[in-house]
Amino acid sequence: MAGKRVLLPYGLSLPAAAVLTVFMTAPLVMVLLLSFNSFTMATGIQPGFKLANYIEVLGDSYFHTIFGRTFLLALWVTGISILIGAPEAYVIHRMRPPWRSIFLLVILGPLLVSVIVRTLGWAVLLGRGGMVNTVLVKLGVLERPMEFMYSFTGMTVALVHVLVPFMVLSVWTSLRRLDPAVEAAGLSLGASQWTVLRRIVLPQAVPGILAGSLIVFTLAASAFATPAIVGGRRLKVAAMAAYDEFLNSQNWPLGAAIVVVLLVAMVAIVMIYNRLVERRFKQVFQ
Amino acid sequence: MTRTNGPLALAFHAVFIAFILAPLVVVILVAFTPESYLSIPTTKWSLRWFEAIWASDFIPAFWISVYVACGAATIALVVSVPAAIATARFDFPGRQALGAYFLSPLMVPHVVLGVALLRFMAEVGLTANMAALIMGHVIIVLPFTLRLALAALTGMNRHCEWAAWSLGASQWAVFRRVTLPMIIPGLAGGWLLAFIQSFDELTMTVFVASPGTTTLPVRMFQYITDNIDPMVASISTALIVLALVLMAVMERVYGLERLLAGKGEA
Repeated sequence: MAGKRVLLPYGLSLPAAAVLTVFMTAPLVMVLLLSFNSFTMATGIQPGFKLANYIEVLGDSYFHTIFGRTFLLALWVTGISILIGAPEAYVIHRMRPPWRSIFLLVILGPLLVSVIVRTLGWAVLLGRGGMVNTVLVKLGVLERPMEFMYSFTGMTVALVHVLVPFMVLSVWTSLRRLDPAVEAAGLSLGASQWTVLRRIVLPQAVPGILAGSLIVFTLAASAFATPAIVGGRRLKVAAMAAYDEFLNSQNWPLGAAIVVVLLVAMVAIVMIYNRLVERRFKQVFQ
Repeated sequence: MTRTNGPLALAFHAVFIAFILAPLVVVILVAFTPESYLSIPTTKWSLRWFEAIWASDFIPAFWISVYVACGAATIALVVSVPAAIATARFDFPGRQALGAYFLSPLMVPHVVLGVALLRFMAEVGLTANMAALIMGHVIIVLPFTLRLALAALTGMNRHCEWAAWSLGASQWAVFRRVTLPMIIPGLAGGWLLAFIQSFDELTMTVFVASPGTTTLPVRMFQYITDNIDPMVASISTALIVLALVLMAVMERVYGLERLLAGKGEA
């Protein structure tokens, strides 16, 4: 009886663990092994243990451009998401009850719509005859329509739209712990609105901004659909480069190496970020 | 109370909300235009593109998506309930590690999962196999069904379980007659969220889709990379309406901000 009870939790966990191991962990190991194989058009995939694919991905300027663009895109998207998402979270935080949940719903609702639909909207808006151009020309900002589709700017704007809800949600969640009485106390003790914002609200929002940044950055760095549609062939990002190697060039080992490099780079960035954040936090809370 | 937003804050808020809604609104507007190219702004409206959906190959793709999403959500739910019970109700060596393992699919980008699934299917000879695609989706939705099952289990009143135990009910009877009925609403929420996740999934599926397993998002992606016309906008409009309905249900029952923390693909 006692033995059975000890084993029971393992038995209960077994189905889920088995599914994950067979369909995620084992395939990931297969991809890692694949990345060391070689490929030629004539012979197809050749088994072996060579670093040639990694030398190509890490050494070729073609891939440098792609990874550089991916990183820069993720950085821009994260920065803009902080700049517009954090203030919006604060505005929502200060709203009265019915409005607060209504607007939270408006901001989070698009997450239930496929990313392909949201990106389609931007493709329509950003086209040469699209609304963004029409408005900018009417306002006199632009002299003639500009091509935002297939541009880095367009890619950034569309991706910010797709990912900024995570920033708003993250910052709003951390602001919820802020006691409004503290703000009121600051004001009644003679602090200006600006001082209250900087000394009371911002420190409370920082954990949310940091957590939100990590989510937005990692999702932006591995984004596929939005850059593929708005950026097009000319502005490839890492995820698209992998897609092309797998489904167009059929060079699976090289595609596998791209994916492994992307994954390792992301894990490294997340770990360094966490380390820096922890150190910084000690100073904030001492 | 000083909790009111100034005019500047409200102006910023209006611009932000316009930014969030603009692409969705524009898709809906385009869907009702009569021309076969993008003709916004216009004064002429038509339902012709909604009629055209019925004869298109988006309909079979839609049913494939529904099939895959139902399968993936159900399988994920069935394996996550016992796993959630193990991590919520038992203390055993390796509990933390197992819990982290169950949530680990959240850490792996969908591109990587797509590549992995493609390689796996080729290695074991299941290329273009529907069951393998469903299992791939199970990986993506498992963290969500598990999280909601865990929340339901830790949130329920455990006195009911203890009362049943002390009255002599077996462990299985307690689960079936007391625990399960109490966590059903949470499990239903998890299933629904998993369904939506799987239904909307593009990045992983695009790597493994073949003619028999082309889901709706993949079909739309292929279509959009060729050309953008009001037809694909009208399908998108239908999906937006569907999402609105689901959103209303989920908000009423669970509160959307709790469900959506950390979900994502771009």
